Amino acid sequence: MAEAVMNFVNTTLDWVTGALDMPSARAQVFGFQIGGHLFIEVFLLVVILFLLSQKSYKPPKRPLTNKEIDELCDEWVPEPLIPSLNEEPYAPPVLESAAGPHTVINGKEVVNFSSANYLGLIGHKKLLDSCSSALDKYGVGSCGPRGFYGTIDVHLDFEARIAKFLGTPDSILYPFGFSTMFSAIPAFSKKGDIIVADEGVHWAIQNGLYLSRSTVVYFKHNDMKSLRETLENITSKNKRVDKLRRYIVVEAVYQNSGQIAPLDEIIKLKEKYKFRVLLDESNSFGVLGKSGRGLTEYSGVPIEKLDIVTADMGHALAAEGGFCTGSTRVIDHQRLSSSGYVFSASLPPYLASAAITAIDILEENPELLSKLKNNLSVLWKELSKVPGLKITSNKESPIVYLKLEKSTGSQKDDLCLLEKIAQRVLEEDSVFVVVSHRSTLDKCRLPVGIRLFVSAGHSEYDLRRASESLKRVSAQVLGGHN
Amino acid sequence: MIAIPYLTALTTYFSYGLLFAFGQFRDFFRKLIDWSKANTLQGYAPICLGLEDFYIRRLYLRIQDCFGRPISSAPDAWFDVVERYSNDNNKTLKRTTKVSRCLNLGSYNYLGFAAADEYCTPRVIETLKKYSPSTCSSRVDGGTTVLHNELEKYVASFVRKPAAIVFGMGYVTNSAILPVLMGKGCLIISDSLNHNSIVNGARGSGATIRVFQHNIPSHLEEVLREQIADGQPRTHRPWKKIIVIVEGIYSMEGELCKLPEIIAVCKKYKAYTYLDEAHSIGAVGKTGRGVCELLGVDTADIDIMMGTFTKSFGSCGGYIAGSEVNNLNSPLIIRKISYWKTYALKAQSQRSKGRCDIHLAIDLIKYLKYTCPAHLYATSVSPPAAQQIISSIRVILGEDGSNRGAQKLAKIRENSNFFRSELQKMGFEVLGDNDSPVMPIMLYNPAKIPAFSRECLKHNVAVVTVAFPATPLLLARARICISASHSREDLVKALQVISKVGDLVGIKYFPAEPLKQHQDGKAVKFD
Repeated sequence: MAEAVMNFVNTTLDWVTGALDMPSARAQVFGFQIGGHLFIEVFLLVVILFLLSQKSYKPPKRPLTNKEIDELCDEWVPEPLIPSLNEEPYAPPVLESAAGPHTVINGKEVVNFSSANYLGLIGHKKLLDSCSSALDKYGVGSCGPRGFYGTIDVHLDFEARIAKFLGTPDSILYPFGFSTMFSAIPAFSKKGDIIVADEGVHWAIQNGLYLSRSTVVYFKHNDMKSLRETLENITSKNKRVDKLRRYIVVEAVYQNSGQIAPLDEIIKLKEKYKFRVLLDESNSFGVLGKSGRGLTEYSGVPIEKLDIVTADMGHALAAEGGFCTGSTRVIDHQRLSSSGYVFSASLPPYLASAAITAIDILEENPELLSKLKNNLSVLWKELSKVPGLKITSNKESPIVYLKLEKSTGSQKDDLCLLEKIAQRVLEEDSVFVVVSHRSTLDKCRLPVGIRLFVSAGHSEYDLRRASESLKRVSAQVLGGHN
Repeated sequence: MIAIPYLTALTTYFSYGLLFAFGQFRDFFRKLIDWSKANTLQGYAPICLGLEDFYIRRLYLRIQDCFGRPISSAPDAWFDVVERYSNDNNKTLKRTTKVSRCLNLGSYNYLGFAAADEYCTPRVIETLKKYSPSTCSSRVDGGTTVLHNELEKYVASFVRKPAAIVFGMGYVTNSAILPVLMGKGCLIISDSLNHNSIVNGARGSGATIRVFQHNIPSHLEEVLREQIADGQPRTHRPWKKIIVIVEGIYSMEGELCKLPEIIAVCKKYKAYTYLDEAHSIGAVGKTGRGVCELLGVDTADIDIMMGTFTKSFGSCGGYIAGSEVNNLNSPLIIRKISYWKTYALKAQSQRSKGRCDIHLAIDLIKYLKYTCPAHLYATSVSPPAAQQIISSIRVILGEDGSNRGAQKLAKIRENSNFFRSELQKMGFEVLGDNDSPVMPIMLYNPAKIPAFSRECLKHNVAVVTVAFPATPLLLARARICISASHSREDLVKALQVISKVGDLVGIKYFPAEPLKQHQDGKAVKFD
């Protein structure tokens, strides 16, 4: 065997040396001696060409036959469209009259703390008059998006009015408060951009953050230390941070806890770390500040320092829709890039007209605000002594938020207890308070609680009635529990 | 599919290329000027990145006056368009007090409920006085009034489903429902031309999204087979559930959905169906019940029916009507089934069995009421708007004691078919199907957009022109929406104007007469 190999090698070597010694192998081209290279190179070239001409190796591909696909399709069993529901869903009480400070449920008049009618404008005569004249003139719906003849002069009037009221260059009107935030955020923040948001923001904002596909970092609820750390972390870690758009997203008054964001500190941090601020004033517009201009007025921050301010008109203004206000560039950009504005029919004109009137009423009657403030302090004082419940909201927030002093450990059980209290308060004392129901999609993990939306339309008697009732019922319901 | 003529495609690309080049040129100088000025926003990335709003700054602003024209009256058959002027080359537009009375071919006022109505308006104003314009509260808190429950019942019976839920805005209906129904491991198969609200809802749900070619059931089947066979990407686990989303009438195409074929495919592959009837509900069908009625589809075959009230009903908001969901795992349902079973045994009647089905069916809507964010957090439908919907449905169904509803439905069908056939006779390239009140006229070249829109307005006809964000770049079009409130004279006038302007602008792409060559030449000159 070994001999055969040796023989083979020897004959090959002889052949090669023979080839190299051939006269042509020593040919000279342009004065250079080529040597035996030529043969080897030509040989290699031939080999390369041969290999190239061959098909590359591919594992044999056997696509599924039609029959196999048919079988797979037959076998596939979809899940039910909706998951099973273990509990009977909560059925809210049905109102038989306007949702003002007093309303009718089951034929009984009740004090209503479920409606964010902060200024008590529901049922206001001037508001109704402006609505009915608008209904006569424009009909109910606008029958088109803003771009396609859905822009009605009252829409433009409202935009100018709100900008004038807040002292901003321009504003934009959305057809629904809920869609304002989740359209505005993706218009300005895209993939790769950074958003720092409070963990307690409501679902519409969460959805906007998700839709923007930006990098979202949450900080601890209303905790400025946590915000500072988060900002520090982001700016120090990321070298390209200068090139990215960076936003802080906060709510003025958190719907999920009733706390007020410390705007002056946020502005300091924003300026230090060069972030832009998006502020949702849904529950503070028309409530906070000397003349109801919202959190900026309340904290003495000029509104120019904020980049994007949004608000829901379905609260203090007792209309519907939402608006966003800011610099001309910010607003103009939204007019073609904000999905909820471009692709949706515009706000019914009578609601825009109602909102204009509501601002007029607010400007003409500053006593509404002092009444609201007075109501809040009365209720706060009364409710601070409710057994088993603790107020988590800020003293000046129009949402008084009561959570369980001792949580049962599960959100569902907490909710059950609170629901029981709310139900008994309604049935026994005709006081309508609501529990913060959370969607399964909601990422907010703040404790659930009872919410009281205080209105300037509540009388002191209403407030006492509510607090007495809450005290009595929660003592009975939570007495055993604690 | 739209077959775009070769020469037109070329000139369209050329126009956009020219606009783009000039835009870049101007941007370059803008940058130089900005650079020379002191920058106040040192350290911040620009809020609108260069190319992100390039289209708006350099293309859209040139023809801004063709969009968003304010009106100062109800969007009825004739309306007042507010005149605007600009002092800075169209960058900003200022309103004047002058108005021009124009024929409205733009609003979605299919049944003519946009203006004051003898039956609806008094009831709406009465409701306004009773309930105020808003409840200032979400449905699950204190925003459910007697009116809202009544509305849900009316809607459910109108669309022939056991139960319905209503929301304050049509856009939100789509974008908040899809995340509730679908999630990770689920597949959404969407028509390629579905509305932005569906796209946003699908994105927000976190489910995988696949697209099938617009209105082609065979391609849908192909996608379904491929997806079921492959399963989820990477893990190849079987999909949890698949939902197919289509629209009844596509608002930018005017086409009717090929619903019977699509339903057959979905049934075969056990996919759920979601039908968005934003433009079709109230507008088509013998009694206005939408595409299902028009195309003879049983509503029980559609799992989720969605629609809006902005169009035919002249109000605002949207609804979801639910189908039977046989969710037999639910303890609630098991309890109910056992209850009804015993009941049925006792009664020994077919009728009680039917009621059992209804209980199962309400489940979907119940689930939505339990967890849908738009129900839990968003302000409820404004009561006067709710009343408008109830009253207009009553009119459509003839419950107001007149036959105005039937007349309106007959009128819109007659008007649409008349207008469409006349346009086609003139040689316009009109998209869409018969019976659909939406008819797009293809324009293609960007310069024809403002030309067509401005010329029509000069002749007191207000039309909508649609360009890039809403349509593909090449396929710019004008869109006509016919209403039942248009009289025959209105339509004849509109046709005269459109024909005249069409000749001027050169958009009669189809050979009505052997004039085609001439027109194409003109089109190029116009650019």
